[in-house]
Amino acid sequence: MAEGSKGRVYLQQVFPLGTDKTRGGEVLCSREVAFPLKPVEGLIQTETRLFCSSADCVTPLFVGETHQLPQRTKHQSVFSPSTLGPLSHLQVPLKAPTVAPASAHATPSPGTGTADKGPLGRDERRVDSRTICVGHRSSSNNEAFIPPKFCDNRIVSSKYTVWNFLPKNLFEQFRRIANFYFLIIFLVQVIVDTPTSPVTSGLPLFFVITVTAIKQGYEDWLRHKADNEVNKYPVTVLEQGRRIQKESEKIKVGDVLEVDEDETFPCDLILLQSSREDDTCFVTTASLDGESNHKTHYIVPDTEKDLESLNATIECEQPQPDLYKFVGRMHIYKTDQEPAVRSLGPENLLLKGSTLKNTRRICGVAIYTGMETKMALNYQGKSQKRSAVEKSINAFLLVYLCILVSKALVCTTLKYVWQNKPGQDEPWYNEKTKREKDTNLYLKMFTDFLSFMVLFNFIIPVSMYVTVEMQKFLGSFFITWDKDFFDPEIKEGALVNTSDLNEELGQVEYVFTDKTGTLTQNNMEFIECCIDGFQYKYQDAGTDLDGFCVTDGPVNKVQHKAGREKEELFLRALCLCHTVQVKESPEQGQGQRDGLMDQVDGLGVDGLGRMERGSIRPHRSREALSPPHLMRYGFTFLGFESKTMKILTRDNDVERYELLHVLNFDPVRRRMSVIVRSKSGDTLLFCKGADSSIFPRVRQEEVERIRMNVERNATEGYRTLCVAYKYLNAEEYAQADAGLREARLALQDREEKLMAVYNQVETGMSLIGATAVEDRLQEEAAETMEALQGAGMKVWVLTGDKMETAKSTCYACRLFQRNTELLELTKMEAGGVRSDCMSSWTWSSANHDYGFIIDGATLSMVLNSSSESNSSRYKNLFLQICQNCTSVLCCRMAPLQKAQIVKMVKNSKGSPITLSIGDGANDVSMILEAHVGLVRNLTLKLTKRSLITVSDRENGIKGKEGRQAVRNSDYAIPKLKHLKKLLLAHGHLYYVRIAHLVQYFFYKNLCFILPQFLYQFFCGYSQQPLYDAAYLTMYNICFTSMPILAYSLLEQHICMEVLLDNATLYRGIAKNGMLRWRPFFYWTLLGVFHGLLFFFGVRYLFGNPALQDNGQVFGNWSYGTIVFTVLVFTVTLKLALDTRHWTWINHFVIWGSLAFYVPFLKQQRLYFVFANMLSSVSAWLVIILLILLSLLPEILLVVFRKPRGPHAGQMKPVHSSAGGHQSPRSSARPLLMRTFSDESNTVL
Amino acid sequence: MMASSYTAKEEDGHITVSGPGALRSRKPENTAFKQQRLPAWQPILTAGTVLPAFFIIGLLFIPIGIGLFIDYTGVDASSPCFNCSQSFSWNSSRPFVFDPQSNVYVYYGLSNFYQNHRRYVKSRDDSQLNGDPKSLMVRRNTLELFYNDPNGTKVQILLNTTGIAWWTDKHPINWRRPVFDLDADEGNNGFINEDFIVWMRTAALPTFRKLYRIINKKSGMVPTLPRGNYSLEVVYNYPVRSFEGRKRMILSTISWMGGKNPFLGIAYITVAPCASSWASCCCSSTTSVETETTTLTFPTELLTCP
Repeated sequence: MAEGSKGRVYLQQVFPLGTDKTRGGEVLCSREVAFPLKPVEGLIQTETRLFCSSADCVTPLFVGETHQLPQRTKHQSVFSPSTLGPLSHLQVPLKAPTVAPASAHATPSPGTGTADKGPLGRDERRVDSRTICVGHRSSSNNEAFIPPKFCDNRIVSSKYTVWNFLPKNLFEQFRRIANFYFLIIFLVQVIVDTPTSPVTSGLPLFFVITVTAIKQGYEDWLRHKADNEVNKYPVTVLEQGRRIQKESEKIKVGDVLEVDEDETFPCDLILLQSSREDDTCFVTTASLDGESNHKTHYIVPDTEKDLESLNATIECEQPQPDLYKFVGRMHIYKTDQEPAVRSLGPENLLLKGSTLKNTRRICGVAIYTGMETKMALNYQGKSQKRSAVEKSINAFLLVYLCILVSKALVCTTLKYVWQNKPGQDEPWYNEKTKREKDTNLYLKMFTDFLSFMVLFNFIIPVSMYVTVEMQKFLGSFFITWDKDFFDPEIKEGALVNTSDLNEELGQVEYVFTDKTGTLTQNNMEFIECCIDGFQYKYQDAGTDLDGFCVTDGPVNKVQHKAGREKEELFLRALCLCHTVQVKESPEQGQGQRDGLMDQVDGLGVDGLGRMERGSIRPHRSREALSPPHLMRYGFTFLGFESKTMKILTRDNDVERYELLHVLNFDPVRRRMSVIVRSKSGDTLLFCKGADSSIFPRVRQEEVERIRMNVERNATEGYRTLCVAYKYLNAEEYAQADAGLREARLALQDREEKLMAVYNQVETGMSLIGATAVEDRLQEEAAETMEALQGAGMKVWVLTGDKMETAKSTCYACRLFQRNTELLELTKMEAGGVRSDCMSSWTWSSANHDYGFIIDGATLSMVLNSSSESNSSRYKNLFLQICQNCTSVLCCRMAPLQKAQIVKMVKNSKGSPITLSIGDGANDVSMILEAHVGLVRNLTLKLTKRSLITVSDRENGIKGKEGRQAVRNSDYAIPKLKHLKKLLLAHGHLYYVRIAHLVQYFFYKNLCFILPQFLYQFFCGYSQQPLYDAAYLTMYNICFTSMPILAYSLLEQHICMEVLLDNATLYRGIAKNGMLRWRPFFYWTLLGVFHGLLFFFGVRYLFGNPALQDNGQVFGNWSYGTIVFTVLVFTVTLKLALDTRHWTWINHFVIWGSLAFYVPFLKQQRLYFVFANMLSSVSAWLVIILLILLSLLPEILLVVFRKPRGPHAGQMKPVHSSAGGHQSPRSSARPLLMRTFSDESNTVL
Repeated sequence: MMASSYTAKEEDGHITVSGPGALRSRKPENTAFKQQRLPAWQPILTAGTVLPAFFIIGLLFIPIGIGLFIDYTGVDASSPCFNCSQSFSWNSSRPFVFDPQSNVYVYYGLSNFYQNHRRYVKSRDDSQLNGDPKSLMVRRNTLELFYNDPNGTKVQILLNTTGIAWWTDKHPINWRRPVFDLDADEGNNGFINEDFIVWMRTAALPTFRKLYRIINKKSGMVPTLPRGNYSLEVVYNYPVRSFEGRKRMILSTISWMGGKNPFLGIAYITVAPCASSWASCCCSSTTSVETETTTLTFPTELLTCP
């Protein structure tokens, strides 16, 4: 696919070198020429090589670092190539990652230089291979072998043990900057003579730490339990001919295990024996990567049936996390024979965590155990995700920290200025202690500063972190509980794995979606086919099909008929060219036509005859025309009979084809092939794939006839697939066979080599025909997309499909409207690219909708332009254009390109929040790039399971295999249509709630501490606290914590139905609208206003402190209590004022916490201050007055701004066909400058 | 099974869901709480609901304010304190014309005296303030010394309990009377002396007053302090010059809301029209505000400066 485009940059192999941010192992093009590195004695060269490849030259862009060669281990010499016998020319020394073989006789085989598999930068240990004796029987000719130590099969996912819990957990917790800050404050209080007792800040901190520790301890206990469940699971081990039950954790590397059907594998195994006749077994890796299809694994060829007598060693790479990569080889020692060597690949490896299916029993030898299994390596902890809200919080914290420091500085300065006046520092009645007099002035100043810091430190609330975390944790349950997300078909609801990003769901600006399986159902409906240029249509609805279409011939022939030969060839090709597995139904014996298709999800396909439950499992879901369809045309695929495929032809004959090779499908090649040998001895290659990948490989004269059909089909929105075949003569076959075998045995660069052979074999084919299948749109896909666009999100469709197909899907989902002006930037037939059109392009009218279409080839030219300056210029232009379009369609994309696009948008100005939807397999890279990623994980037909994954960048950077991110998905919803509610209702509400929570917290602590600051001016800057210690401690914990928590969980400032109906409401909170500086300053001002009011109101009341009717006077503690009472009532009532959705819980909590305040104070010690205060009418009057006075402006603001409020217009539901008609700039932005997040009331 | 248990293993802050098998297959319960459909009262603040409230506030506050503010007719003799630092005898230049019908409270006032200074506040013992005599008990000296006679008899040696402290500590400077000699009445002496306790309840602001004595009303007919000339004699015990403090002597009556303080009255009176006018801003129909004077007893105050 790289032909013609010059100067593309490929990442050939990139090591995850510690902090290196590139993702490893992406190979885009197979045309790279080996880049030999000169072996240097004693040195390993690891290189991060960036190739700039064009048709005939490869230029290394840079070559990375050099590592010291680790010491060779002793046992390695045992396997020096000389001992390997006849196959040795195929062997590449395992240490090959550019190791120069130390021994002189080691012949560097082709490819040695290019091999760079080991993740060397990460862990040099892994460069080594490991050697395993099957069943612990050391080979006789291998005396020097010392069994190496491997870790046991215990899985430890828990972080703590009973002993290290306390220190480790404390350490972890105090690593958080906030906790550390509070610890410092606490320590200062303990050490320095401070106004408040250490308890005031120690108690909240202790509370927070304890709660967190309990939570983490509980979680860890759950992990322990889960670990134990796994570790104690009974497994069967074959030892000296006996079968021994063991606990899973006792498995050692080299043990031979027996696993029954539907059991999961307890560790990573090499398959040695299967109960199936064809030496295969099926596994499903659903719990590893979410792919629930059945994958075929093969036993190591030529192993003896009797495992007892098997004497073999396995040499394989050290464990690495990549699930799909494995290289190793097996040495089978037979008495009086040269040891045989077999290559091992991922197809021989059974991974821990996957489940055995359709196979009664298998035996395998453990090679990786415990924490070294690929599964365990993939489950290393996630990094914490930071949402935009958290960034805002941190910014606000910084402001408050500045306020705090400046307050302390002001007070300290004024204190010393004031003390300069004679008599002020030391009135005779208030003498200093001797120690105080002796202390150094500067030290005193510093201590004073610290004291003020301690006094005012409550302005930064400890409890906010707790509340935010609790809100996120508890709030996410509402997603899980939502019954609208429940899909009765698969009996699953939504799933939340991380609660950290809830509010981010309300901030999405860009939606990247895959087409197949996401917008569409990936549920292929056969529409028509074209054989040799003649069109065949399938018209009936499947009603008149009996299960046994025998000799009816091709149905519903439309025009002319292609030759029967061609027809049959076409159908045979489709019958043979796939990787479908058929399950033989045990109860019906081996009746020839009773092949029950492998039943996986129990989906009924067309109820054909005996195929009641025939569901098919193609390896790729993109198999267009699958065998069940073919039954209508008289061809039935009956299944495998040990490497022989049986098909039932029209004439009711059974034809047998020996399956020689499968050239697997992959998204880069976009095609797959099989090589079969018919009974007559002909060797045939059948190939099917995307037109773009087939057309260049067939004879050109055949293309034109079919191309027309294909393009017509594509325009109609169908998915097309071309079928080609080729006869291989004996010579060609021998060559291909040798090539394939060699490539498969290669330990290094196996994939590249395979690819090269594939490309070589799949040439010069003849085109037979093409099929067209329809991929139906997902339920309510159009409505969902429309709503998303209406909400101001920009939807980008990134697909690997043809442009025409993708375009019609976009129209169908109303991403493009009739009046959308489409701008296309695609590679033209001739190969020229209109890249210059970008610069000369102007926006004609502002209120016009634009759609933008670009294809992969063009995109690579835009993004990977040869010269630096051009590249960034094109990129910017491209981005500008895209950002001005309502929807963008990128077709013909390679997986890596999807990631590039997402990355580009994500890193653009303002770092918008992006969300990707993909089908999990080839969209992983894109998903990893997005802040919020949605991965749909597909199964076929009716049972659709989708996953929404919110994954973070870090995962991608660490180069982890993408699917693990999918598997560790953060949100999961069953269907695309649920996206609307998730974003528009849940996301919106979460954002509003948490934004209000954060602002409110800062506000209430500001007006809490401001009076205390002001009091310093009236007490000689002596750090005398205004409030009693009990108040200082309890304010955030008891008196004001519950209402805001209830609010942040239950508030619906606009009710859900309205949110769903009016997508435009989503725009009101776009771009973090409620947590920007403006609303923040509003809240800060409010806090200052309230603080001033409280303090000075009481101050003037205390102009005459005789406030009781018995003439007695009030002192400083009464002063503080009155201020505090006003404060508690005001902030609680302020919240009540903001609450728009009063459930009984809100009532209970708000009135309850006010009621709690009163009795609590009556009982507490405070020298009956409170009771005395209650007996004073003046105190009552001033409290009422101040509360009213502080709330009145708010109320007025709400009332008077309402008519002019931006949401006035929203009262009329905007039911218009959203998206297209609304200019994105007409959004209701002003919400963010308003006082209340929620003054846009619900209208009912 | 094995793998599903792994979903729970996340870093902190992630929800642990105990295996997809267990949880996912369950249909979410259709309860009002879980579906966020709890019946809710959704108040909307509109002009219609808020403005009447404002009017009510206005209507309520004005009489309160007026009631609180109605001026007293006391004598305010706040002459500058030019001779705070000497013993002083004051004769009222004008006759005392106010007839207090209720108790008259005698306050002493101090300015610029930072009793709320932290050093001061810290030095206070709360139990003393509560007048708890137990806390005032000096720990009994249980030590007894005996002389062991060679004959085996024990002879107690008399231990002198006085004369061990510095005399300056017994009579600190500026303490005219030591703490054990504050009052003749045993029940009002030492740390439970009320004067002392009042003093030790630290004032809120640097300028403050404290209740000193109460002149009880004798009978209904006679004013507590009949008209006429009074003289006040002050002994200068307490030096305030060093910190530029000032002393005051205040005679005051007390109403139901405490001593005289115009603040509340002013505040209420200003808030009320504000609320009303805001309300009337958008309400065309303004109702005339009727005020009623209430008959209340109002604080009167006689402020004198020695």
